[in-house]
Amino acid sequence: MLGGVVLLFIIGPLLGMFFATSSNEIIETVHDTEVRNSIGLTIGISMAATIIFAFMSIPFAWLLARKEFLFKRLVLGIIDLPIVIPHSAAGIAILGIISRDSIIGKTADSFGLNFVGHPVGIGLAMAFVSVPFLINAAHDGFKSVPLRLEQAALSLKASPVRVFFTISLPLAWRNIVSGLVMMFARGMSEFGAIVIVAYHPMVTPVLIYERFGAFGLKYARPVSVVFIVVCVAIFVLFRMLASKKNQIRVNKSI
Amino acid sequence: MLELRNINIKLGEFSLKNFSITVQKGDYYVILGESGAGKSVILELLSGLIQPNSGNIFFNSEDITKHSIQKRDIGLVFQDYAVFPHLNVFNNIAYPIKKKGFSKQTIKNKVTFQAEQTGILHLLKRKVNELSGGELQRVALARTLITKPKLLLLDEPLGSLDVLLKDNLRNLLRKLNKAGQTVIHITHDYEEALSLANKIAVINSGKLIQEGKPSEIFNRPKSEFIANLTGIKNFFKAEYVSSNKVFVNKKLEIHAQPSEKKCEGYIIIPNDTIILSEKKQVSSAVNNFKGIIDHIIPSRFGTEVIINIDIVLSVQITNVSSEKLNLEEGKEIWLSFKANSVKFIRKN
Repeated sequence: MLGGVVLLFIIGPLLGMFFATSSNEIIETVHDTEVRNSIGLTIGISMAATIIFAFMSIPFAWLLARKEFLFKRLVLGIIDLPIVIPHSAAGIAILGIISRDSIIGKTADSFGLNFVGHPVGIGLAMAFVSVPFLINAAHDGFKSVPLRLEQAALSLKASPVRVFFTISLPLAWRNIVSGLVMMFARGMSEFGAIVIVAYHPMVTPVLIYERFGAFGLKYARPVSVVFIVVCVAIFVLFRMLASKKNQIRVNKSI
Repeated sequence: MLELRNINIKLGEFSLKNFSITVQKGDYYVILGESGAGKSVILELLSGLIQPNSGNIFFNSEDITKHSIQKRDIGLVFQDYAVFPHLNVFNNIAYPIKKKGFSKQTIKNKVTFQAEQTGILHLLKRKVNELSGGELQRVALARTLITKPKLLLLDEPLGSLDVLLKDNLRNLLRKLNKAGQTVIHITHDYEEALSLANKIAVINSGKLIQEGKPSEIFNRPKSEFIANLTGIKNFFKAEYVSSNKVFVNKKLEIHAQPSEKKCEGYIIIPNDTIILSEKKQVSSAVNNFKGIIDHIIPSRFGTEVIINIDIVLSVQITNVSSEKLNLEEGKEIWLSFKANSVKFIRKN
C-alpha cells in the first residue's frame, strides 16, 4: 500500500504532464529545430563525457576494488562527494577551474579555446556530477569477481593486463554497463552545474528552464515531454543491448 | 629439483616458521596436514601468488623467490577449481596458450590432446556451469597441464569428490606421475597420501613435523599428532622400565619386546591384534587387562570398541565377534595381546 503511494508519487506528476500536453504541441515541438538541436547536443555531450571518463574510471574502479593503499577510505568518500554537494555549487567549482583566470583556462585560451560556454565545459560539468555512478558500479562489479579467478589466470601465465581484459572486465561487465548507462542518463539530465558553466549552447534541461522563465509552463511542458520520452527510450534501449551483449559474452569465447 | 629453504611468512594469525623441504624430479610429494595447518600457503608461495618474509625457493638450482608468477614453470590447480565461468570448457583449457602465437589449428590440437588425456573430450563445447565437481576438477587440471609445467601443484584435488570419482582421478594422477610429471599434492586425508605419495611431509601449525617415505611416516610416526592424523590407533608415550616392560602414559605397565637399554619413545598396539573375551583367558598372550567398554562404533571393517583400562584402547573386531560377545557400553570385558604385537618407536 505504502509502496503504491510512492510509485504514484513518481508516476503521477509525469502522467499529469503527458495528459496536459496535446499531440499538436508535441508534433510542433518535435519539429522545432532549437529543441532538436538541443536534444542532440545533450545526448552527444553526455555520451562523449561518459566514454572519455570510462577509460579512466574503469581501471581506477578496479584499483579501488583490488588494491589496498593509504587513505583508501578517504578516496572512496571523495568519489561520492559530487552526489552530496548542491549541483549549483559543483558548477561554481567547475567554473573556477576552467575560467580564464585559472591555469587550465589560461592554457586553453592560448590555443584559442574558451571552455566556459563551450561543449567541453558542459561535458566537464556533466562528468563531475555523474562519474560517481560509474565508478561505484564498476567498483561493485570488480569486487564481485572472485579474486581466485584472477589469481588462476595469473598462474596460467597471463599478464596482469590480459587478466584485466579477459577475466575481470567480462565478469564485471554487467555492473559496468549499468554504471555507464547511469552516468550517461545522469549527465543528460543535469541542469544545476551546467547552467552555471554554460547557458549557451543550450542543453535541453537549460532550454526547458529558459522556456519556462520566458514563456511559462505551457511552453516548457512539451519540451519536457519530448525530452523525457527520448531519455527513457535511450535508457531502455541501452539496457536491452547490455543484457543481450552480456549473454553473448558468456556464451562465446573472448 | 625444488627446494624451500628456511621459509618464514606471517599472514595474520598464521605463520610458517623456518620451513624447509626438498622435492626431487619425478616425485609425487604429498604435504599432509589438518585444515588451517598452512598447506595452501605453501602452494601460494611456490606458485608466486605470495612472497615469503624471509627464506628462499630454489627451482632447478635457480633462486626463484622473487620471480613473478608468470616466470615460474609451476602449474597450480586450486581447491575450488577456479574455472572461468564466462568461458566454455574448450576456451578454459585454451586460455593459457592463446596469445602465444599458436595457430588456431595448433591450439585446437593441443586442447584436444589435453582433454583426451584427462578424459573430458566429450565436454569441450559445454558451459562450465553445467559440469559436476569431478568434471570441473578435470577441466582445471587440463587447463594447467596444457602449460606443460615442470612442477604441478594440487590443492586438495580429491577433497570434494565422491568415491568413484576419487578413484578415477587418483588413477589419472598416478598415470601423470608415472609419465614423469613431478607433483606436489596437499591434503588432510592420509589414505589419499598413502595411495599416491612416494614422499610425505606432515605439517602442523606452520611447522614441518616429519618428512619421509610413506612407510617411514606410517610405521614410525614421530608424534601423537602424526599418529592421529595418519589414522593410527593406540599410539602412546612410553618408556622401558625393565628389559621387557614399558610404562605407558606413566599409568600402565605392559609387556613389550625385549630391549637392551632403557629408553623413552612411543608404542603402537595395532588394534586388530587385541583379543576380547568375557572371562580372563589362559593363553600365550602376556598382556591381560580387565576394562570397561566406553563406546561401540560401527566401522568400515566391522566394529570398533573403545575400552578403558587406565589408558583408552581401540579394538577392531568383526561384526560376528561383536554379536557373539554381546557387547554393551559400560560392560566389563577382558582384553589380551602379545608382547610381540607391541611396536616400540624410540625417540630420536
